[in-house]
Amino acid sequence: MTIKTKWTWLAAAALPLLAACGGSGGSDDDPVEMHTLRVTVTNLTANQPMSPVLVSLHRGGEAWQAGTPASVALEQLAEGGDASALAAALAASGGIVDATGSAPVGPGGSDSFELSYPAAADATLTLATMLVNTNDAFAGLGGLPVGALAVGASERFVLAAWDAGTEDNSEAAGTIPGPADGGIGFDAARDDALDAVRVHAGVVSHDDGLAGSTLGSKFRFDNPVLRVTVERVQ
Amino acid sequence: MRRIRFLGLAAAALLTPLAAQAAEIEVTVTNLTGGIYFTPLLVAAHPAGSHLFQTGAAASTALQAMAEGGDIAGLEADVTAAGGQLVADPAGGILAPATSSGVAMLDTGATNTHLSITAMLLPTNDGFVGLDGWEIPTEPGTYTLTLNGYDAGTEANTELMNPGAGGAPGVAGIPGDPSGRAGSGGSGVVAASPNDAEPNVVHIHRGQLGDTDASGGLSDVDSRSHRWLNPVARVTVVVK
Repeated sequence: MTIKTKWTWLAAAALPLLAACGGSGGSDDDPVEMHTLRVTVTNLTANQPMSPVLVSLHRGGEAWQAGTPASVALEQLAEGGDASALAAALAASGGIVDATGSAPVGPGGSDSFELSYPAAADATLTLATMLVNTNDAFAGLGGLPVGALAVGASERFVLAAWDAGTEDNSEAAGTIPGPADGGIGFDAARDDALDAVRVHAGVVSHDDGLAGSTLGSKFRFDNPVLRVTVERVQ
Repeated sequence: MRRIRFLGLAAAALLTPLAAQAAEIEVTVTNLTGGIYFTPLLVAAHPAGSHLFQTGAAASTALQAMAEGGDIAGLEADVTAAGGQLVADPAGGILAPATSSGVAMLDTGATNTHLSITAMLLPTNDGFVGLDGWEIPTEPGTYTLTLNGYDAGTEANTELMNPGAGGAPGVAGIPGDPSGRAGSGGSGVVAASPNDAEPNVVHIHRGQLGDTDASGGLSDVDSRSHRWLNPVARVTVVVK
């Protein structure tokens, strides 16, 4: 397990928060109460590497909602594994601090992040990563309230894979960015018959009768696909 | 026993506290699948000892009618007989993939402490989404549950369409496909009789095979549209 320290402060959002945490007197000497969250992810799949994981603490915005069309930022993550637009969107809507992994997380692999931030009762955590040997499957936590977590407390989740609904699950050669294909990631066209985020139905594969699928049966997956532990360490 | 159909905001005035322990709850069901439809939902609050279904136990005839044909009348009668309260069809008909039902409002009274939910999954032979006796918290707040797809164990999963007729209990075949993507002419994934490819008790559905041959193959359902992975539904419960 590696501890990533590659995280960025979101200065514009953090400054007013620092002021709010200044205490009754607003004195310059009042210490700012800092919280630290450790977020650990484990890829539970057989052959679905997960794109560099985005973890974002923010106080507004919602990265996705089941039953509604995905944002373009989420589409970029779900189709191409690029979390930058989603990170920026969350940062712009009440961002506190975020981090993105430096490498994909392989099957059976883990990654870990520590996020330190001035205490915020309304902080929520969003986490997102693409299952890269798919057209547009992703996994994550959307807006977990973490402001009330006590020091030493942790929450564990096992997560199902979502279908972003932004790309038809053709499984065709050239449409899947992961190592199973090496195809195109993000494509602005929305050619899924249902443009709505929902639980992914899984890879069919050519071994199971989907002509034109470039995926063999080893790329099938079942839920849960990702384990996430959120722990307040300070 | 009160039977409450769909209640909007205006109907809240109909609800009167029955006892000190009573809790008013609002239940919303979201179909999380991409291609499976839910027949009219049954949402029921009932005493701890009653069940619409139990995994590992044979389905009741009322559950069979729901799981094979979407008919919840028998289950409604069972809930009422058990002293429970129910909301029938809060979605106002079939609940499409990736959509949410209306809000089902229930007053649990002093004894209706547990929540159960059922609806048939279409197109399947006898698949259903279910919640069996979840204890309703007394602490006000918003609670989120996810539900799995179950197999009633009453009909072989032939994956063959039999429009209309297949909904009758004991009649093989899938009664309908609101998606319009099912085919015909399949030879059957398993034999219709005997139903010996599965335990004849309620169990987690093994999922559908499907195929991409609209006029033949083993299955009439489509492997690109009619498969699913759990969970198939999300339930949001607001305890007032």
